[in-house]
Amino acid sequence: MWAELAVTTAKVVVVALAMVTTVPIMVWVERRGAAFIQDRLGPNRVGPLGLFQPVIDVVKLIFKEDVTPAAANKGLYYLAPLISLGVAMVTFIVIPFGAGHDVSLFGVPLRGLIVAPDLNVGVLYLLAIGSLSVYGIVLAGWSSNNKYSLLGGLRSSAQLISYELAMTLAVLGVLMATGSLHLSDVVARQSGAVWHWNAVTQVIGFAVFLVAAFAETNRLPFDLAEAETELVAGYHVEYSSMKFACFFMAEYLNMATASALTVTLFFGGGTLPGVTLTGWLGLFVSTAVFVAKMCFFLWLFVWVRWSLPRFRYDQLMQLGWKGLLPLATLNLVWVGIAMTMGWLR
Amino acid sequence: MSAYIPILLFILVAVSFPIITILIAKLVQAGRHDPVKAEPYECGIKPTSEAHDTRFSVRYYLIAVLFVVFDVETVFLYPWAVMFRKLALFGFIEMFVFLAILVVGYVYAWRRGALSWV
Repeated sequence: MWAELAVTTAKVVVVALAMVTTVPIMVWVERRGAAFIQDRLGPNRVGPLGLFQPVIDVVKLIFKEDVTPAAANKGLYYLAPLISLGVAMVTFIVIPFGAGHDVSLFGVPLRGLIVAPDLNVGVLYLLAIGSLSVYGIVLAGWSSNNKYSLLGGLRSSAQLISYELAMTLAVLGVLMATGSLHLSDVVARQSGAVWHWNAVTQVIGFAVFLVAAFAETNRLPFDLAEAETELVAGYHVEYSSMKFACFFMAEYLNMATASALTVTLFFGGGTLPGVTLTGWLGLFVSTAVFVAKMCFFLWLFVWVRWSLPRFRYDQLMQLGWKGLLPLATLNLVWVGIAMTMGWLR
Repeated sequence: MSAYIPILLFILVAVSFPIITILIAKLVQAGRHDPVKAEPYECGIKPTSEAHDTRFSVRYYLIAVLFVVFDVETVFLYPWAVMFRKLALFGFIEMFVFLAILVVGYVYAWRRGALSWV
């Protein structure tokens, strides 16, 4: 019992630390990546290659004054950043970062680098918790009692619920092929060869999922909520200091979740085709492979942000309802037919 | 139940992390309060109306209602998708009848202009 708790605590600490370090690194990658794409230098003064810039930024944010607008609804105003960041963190625990089913720690089997290995409703948990993030945004937008925030919050919540539909329908195809809600099973089914990856067998579903993931994380080209030319900063106009930092961190954590989810559902998780390793080596290699795949998608987020212009709001809604929704249903039909005919394993 | 212990642990971490960082910031940050600072962020002139009195487009309500309809549909599809292999051809055909009925509703909503945002 206690050994089991110790193993769980160790996993929680590892994953939590990984999350906390991902955010500053991603901020640095984004700023340096922007500079690289726009042919300028970017932050390069604090630390080697400007690596400590995000750390200094956090210190600055901590010392900034925290202004609460007099007209705000205080309780909800304080609650919104907590919901945003808390939800962004909690989604991580069902993602299997690495294999290691034959390794034990303190005499307790590790069952892979996943915080909650026994949770058999992994995908449902992810979708349920993930959709809670809309509360953080809509509460922030409404409780600030500011016109910009209200519009930003409304736009964002409408966008999130529209793209959530396409996303859940795209995930459905993966579940049909897997026959289990456990993310470890999703990964296990894709092992062996590249053509077992769901990204290859369900190209439409993958495309829909990726586009919806960009919209769900409020990233360009879908960052209508914080369209700075119209809404200043959208739902977090009135937030300052660490409360603003909470929203900021939540955005980057959501990106990491979306990347991890794409890798798990469509790119075979921590498996490397043709390579089977066991024991601790297997655990480390599969975790490294997972992180490498994840890094590619995190870079894709940055790449797309600095390459594409922003959508207009009516175009955004049209794409979600008239484009992605039928496509996701088409993917369902394809998977259904292919599996019934025996074309897919 | 033991499957949910890690989740509780993690929720504890996830909730305490933002609270602790905000409290630490409260201890060290400057606080020079001023009624002008506490005004809503606008053009600088005293606001004539509150944001809570602002009316917004009815389309947002429409999107919310449509979302509920289609989301419930997806929820129905989930158990079917997980059991797809066992249900085989029977489940396949049956679910396609269900989907066909939903497509009728979708086409109706489309034709009535509920899906277009202008």
